[in-house]
Amino acid sequence: MAGIGGPIGHWITREMVIAFAVIFSIPFWINAVGLYQYLGVEILIWMIYALGFNLLLGYTGKPSFGHGAYFGIGAYAFGLAQQHVVVNVWIGIGIAILAATLAGAMVAAFISHRRGIYFALMTIAFGQVFWFAAVKWHALTGGEDGLQNIPRPDVFSISLKDNEALFYLAFFFFVLVVIALWRLIHSPFGKVIKAIKQNEMRAGFIGYNVRLFKFMVFTISAGIAGLAGGLFAMAQGSAYPDVMSLHVSGLVVMMTLIGGGFVSFWGPVLGTVIFFLARDILGVLTETWLLWYGLMFIVVVMFKPEGLAGIWQDLTRTRVSKSESVDTSLISSARR
Amino acid sequence: MTVAPLFEARHIHKRFGDQVVLEEINLAFEEGELSGIMGPNGAGKTTCFNVLTGRYKPDRGQVIFAGEPITGLPPRVIAQKGVSRSFQLINLFDEYSALENVLIAVPQVRNRGFNMIRNIEQDTAAIDKAALVLERVGLKGKENEPSDQLSYGDRRALEIAVALATEPRILFLDEPTSGIGIEAMARLAELVQELKRTYTMIIIEHDMKFLFDLADRISVVHWGQVIAEGTPDELRANKWVKSSNLGKLV
Repeated sequence: MAGIGGPIGHWITREMVIAFAVIFSIPFWINAVGLYQYLGVEILIWMIYALGFNLLLGYTGKPSFGHGAYFGIGAYAFGLAQQHVVVNVWIGIGIAILAATLAGAMVAAFISHRRGIYFALMTIAFGQVFWFAAVKWHALTGGEDGLQNIPRPDVFSISLKDNEALFYLAFFFFVLVVIALWRLIHSPFGKVIKAIKQNEMRAGFIGYNVRLFKFMVFTISAGIAGLAGGLFAMAQGSAYPDVMSLHVSGLVVMMTLIGGGFVSFWGPVLGTVIFFLARDILGVLTETWLLWYGLMFIVVVMFKPEGLAGIWQDLTRTRVSKSESVDTSLISSARR
Repeated sequence: MTVAPLFEARHIHKRFGDQVVLEEINLAFEEGELSGIMGPNGAGKTTCFNVLTGRYKPDRGQVIFAGEPITGLPPRVIAQKGVSRSFQLINLFDEYSALENVLIAVPQVRNRGFNMIRNIEQDTAAIDKAALVLERVGLKGKENEPSDQLSYGDRRALEIAVALATEPRILFLDEPTSGIGIEAMARLAELVQELKRTYTMIIIEHDMKFLFDLADRISVVHWGQVIAEGTPDELRANKWVKSSNLGKLV
């Protein structure tokens, strides 16, 4: 049952240490490879978003096609808090998480007894409701233009105006989210939600309150989207309805699936990197980069639904079986 | 009868649209007994189980477990009260190993279901318990096999193991022999014989020999009603059973 990652104690794994080290080093070399500091910030924010999303999609098997709503609510809540309450990162982020969690809980209360396609359709419907509200409720959201001039507050008298500083703030939250989610997934709660993904009915018949578990997962996932949204508002200096639209909600689904959220904890992280590299590298070559990215998505879904993490697992698995079981190679090749 | 039965169904009526599936079901299962339910295809046996274990609400009638009405309660509540069931179509957690399938059903794990911090792999007491259940159904040594790669017979056994792991007071098995070979059937008969000593059991079964060898009492369900009841010997003498197809098989 133990993962390949090799836990170090109760909270940390070797994989985490490697991932954290690599990501921590990004600002030192990102300019040298022809990219820019702000990209790192954006990638980190969407990694947080995708990781939270994957708790719902990959681990509980429940798709949400309107998750942008909670990301957007987090962004607006952060912006409004900065503009009307107090200019403070922690309070702003706290309010962003709280607002998105509440919105998520409200929606979850309506949809957590649904299954399959009905669940998915309801997430779209509610996502659209929030998006529409954001566009139309000028007094609160600023309509299509959104909230402008959201300040980047100082943290412990360190200015976040510099993208490197903001990167490390986002990194701090990323580390928290990774550790918390990894722990959650390996807890009894995690075991139950994975069981619900596999067989909702049986989970009920062995005594689990499936609806309540789905409610909680949806709410947690929305809260994490809110955190990412809050950071995004800080990074962009604004909050606008576009991130709540159906097509931007779709992006997080694609990132998670291309990366391999169904088979790996790190799938969404990988998928986020691929998306932004595609945007910035393909985007330089052609304006129609989304078309190519979309094609890539289709190919992945058709030929390798387990995503890049799935391909990686296949490669490493083959290597292990080749090195470990030379004498059974006949049998395994015959089986193939 | 001096003691009230452990589980009782009174005047159960269930329809889907205009189709009446259960007309009037009256059943009583005594503590410690193995009761069988038989009847032709489409007689309403599985629907009856589904009503008794909470999957469907009956349109009329009452379900009583240990003196308490449980009619129309959701399956999870009925399960928590100590009623467990297996399914005719195998109904497992296919991405989980055999051990994980059973572990998730162990009450200690269930009680900590909302714990988001504890490491489940260190829950050795629960894991030992799950391993013991697997051993009991004859799956020792296959703990870490992915459940979707077990043989059909082993999956049948695991289906029962998951139901057992909830530590029920009463166990409903829906056609446990469905689709298994002769050898697996013998193993299963042995298992049921052994479980009989600890559990009150109700089994729906198509295989008449299996049922008549094991059951203390049998109810024959047809046209949504209980048309005959008694010990296997009484039923062998029953004129309806004799004149029907069922009689020839016994």
